[in-house]
Amino acid sequence: MDTSRSYLEPSSFSKKMAAAIIIVYAVITLIPISWMVMTSFKNVDSAISYPPEVLFEPSLEGYVNLFTNRSRQSQEYLDSLPPPENWYEELVRSREMVITGPSKFLGRYSNSMIIGFGSTFASVFLGALAAYAFSRFRVPLKDDLLFFILSTRMFPPIAVAVPIFIMYRKLGLGDTHLGMIILYTVVNLSLAVWLLKGFMDEIPKEYEEAAMIDGYSRLQAFFKVVLPQAMTGIAATAIFCMIFSWNEYAFAVLLTQFNAQTAPPFIPTIIGEGGLDWPAIGAGTTLFLLPVMIFTIILRKHLLRGITFGAVRK
Amino acid sequence: MSQIKIVNLQKSFGDFTAVKNSNLTINDKEFFVLLGPSGCGKTTTLRMIAGLELPTSGEIYLGDEEVGMLRASERDIAFVFQLFALYPHMNVRNNLSFPLKMQGYKKSDIKNRVEEAAKLLRIDHILNSNISSLSGGDRQRVALGRALVRRPKAFLMDEPLGTLDAEFRELMCLELKKLHLDIGATTVYVTHDQLEAMSLADRIAVMDGGEILQADEPNIIYNKPKTKFVASFIGSPGMNFFEVNEGISKDQSFVNIEGAKFDIPKQLEESKGSKNFFGIRPENLTLNNNEGLKGSVFGVEYLGSRKIITVKTSLGEIKVKTDISVNVKLNENVQVKPSNNNIIIFDGETDKSLNSEFIK
Repeated sequence: MDTSRSYLEPSSFSKKMAAAIIIVYAVITLIPISWMVMTSFKNVDSAISYPPEVLFEPSLEGYVNLFTNRSRQSQEYLDSLPPPENWYEELVRSREMVITGPSKFLGRYSNSMIIGFGSTFASVFLGALAAYAFSRFRVPLKDDLLFFILSTRMFPPIAVAVPIFIMYRKLGLGDTHLGMIILYTVVNLSLAVWLLKGFMDEIPKEYEEAAMIDGYSRLQAFFKVVLPQAMTGIAATAIFCMIFSWNEYAFAVLLTQFNAQTAPPFIPTIIGEGGLDWPAIGAGTTLFLLPVMIFTIILRKHLLRGITFGAVRK
Repeated sequence: MSQIKIVNLQKSFGDFTAVKNSNLTINDKEFFVLLGPSGCGKTTTLRMIAGLELPTSGEIYLGDEEVGMLRASERDIAFVFQLFALYPHMNVRNNLSFPLKMQGYKKSDIKNRVEEAAKLLRIDHILNSNISSLSGGDRQRVALGRALVRRPKAFLMDEPLGTLDAEFRELMCLELKKLHLDIGATTVYVTHDQLEAMSLADRIAVMDGGEILQADEPNIIYNKPKTKFVASFIGSPGMNFFEVNEGISKDQSFVNIEGAKFDIPKQLEESKGSKNFFGIRPENLTLNNNEGLKGSVFGVEYLGSRKIITVKTSLGEIKVKTDISVNVKLNENVQVKPSNNNIIIFDGETDKSLNSEFIK
């Protein structure tokens, strides 16, 4: 009998099984994403060819189309132009078109950044303050209030879309960054309060008491002693909030058109000649994926600890 | 450094009164221990002195200043927590300088003070370590360092040795005592461990049910307890109590119980009722074969230099601390007799000890 491992440790067979299941799951999850990335590197023809091409000649046409506006011109006009100055002009001209200016994508993308990070910061900051209060103070009707906060997650947010639309129009918040930040913060806040309250509860109150005896006010103690110890929870909460506000589509379609339109409602509207420009859509989606991916990878260490935090008491 | 005085201090949490109308004066430079079982109000008292709880009524004086309603940060006291509460996201040096930074000292002053305190506690070699890498003893020292680096008016300690293992606790006890002699700071120390209290304290206050029962020097607490609870809480093994269904009159000098004669010190006070308790420490009893209370040996515990023999008698189990040369077998018939008249009589109605020549 193999006595080199403990009873509690899984056998090598079950470890292999686990690895196989994870690999299958990973492949299933990654197929759509890799198809999307592949599409972004195809040209317009091979993107819609049938049967689908798995092997293809890579092209940056999608990315060029994503960032530019173009118009079709006659051959004579193209011949009268000076030779193209760079590779993307050449690429566009080979399709008998000229670049007429930058597209709206960068603007939409930076709207997404501002609204996504802004609302994440606001949700985590306000959530941490509220969670601390719920965790430490004798708030009247504490349990009812916590339940009430959570009740905002009990219906799909879009159910209140019409009242919010009317409200935002009256308040002048429609199609503004501030309006979208407020909206996403409101949706995320209940999750942030609940998640962070769990983390705050785990931090012994002796730390703040020690800081208060050391001469700090409660608010100073909160920032200098409690928040640094809640970093794990803050990271986990920030990721959840970020993913929601980054990906949110329905409200963005409804409430934003020009100034504050985020990337999700913009990307599917990229239209090429005679239909949707799939490589450009693929390119937009791929670029759209990157910030959340980077953000999550940076905070991944905290996230893993965060999800299992509190499961086992130290 | 300052005297601490609490006057008619009371603390209630809803219907529950944690501290009842307490009065205490802790002298300047004194090592004062609050001792009692869990839930007796000793920690609540300490937290009120610290400013972590506000009193329901009563006053707290730190020096001449009434501080009862001041915030903890305004009181200039230091507190050592049971779980140390060292800030885990800072290294040792930052933990020690944390209280000084708030008070606006210059960087060089902070550095000097931190290093001075570290040297005193022999933690100067770990100043740049992380808290999580420290042993329990070093954490304890850092916690003490954080308290003393500010040179506060008083030190408050809430069972600071409670989480250390037994061997280390003894060592830290000695170090604490020495530290106290070196810096001479007024210290209030909370514990439920009577040995710790006896070995550290200049004076001990024994608390039970939110009341301070007696505040005295350790030897007085041990030898002349004012109530039955104090007598039973101090000493290991605890004091023996026998119920005596007989009133005690003034000037009485002996009592017969179950055919055995017990000499008692000359009584200066008579009992209120006819039910009283005799309290005799195990070391004040001897075993023999011809006189005293009859019983049989129920258990023998060997403690190295001493033996504890438990004797079952008609008055209940009695513990006798004897020399190791005494040899008895289980179930052997023996007789128990006091070796002197250091018997304390507790009034059955009030649980208070009656005044006698021995305990005035």
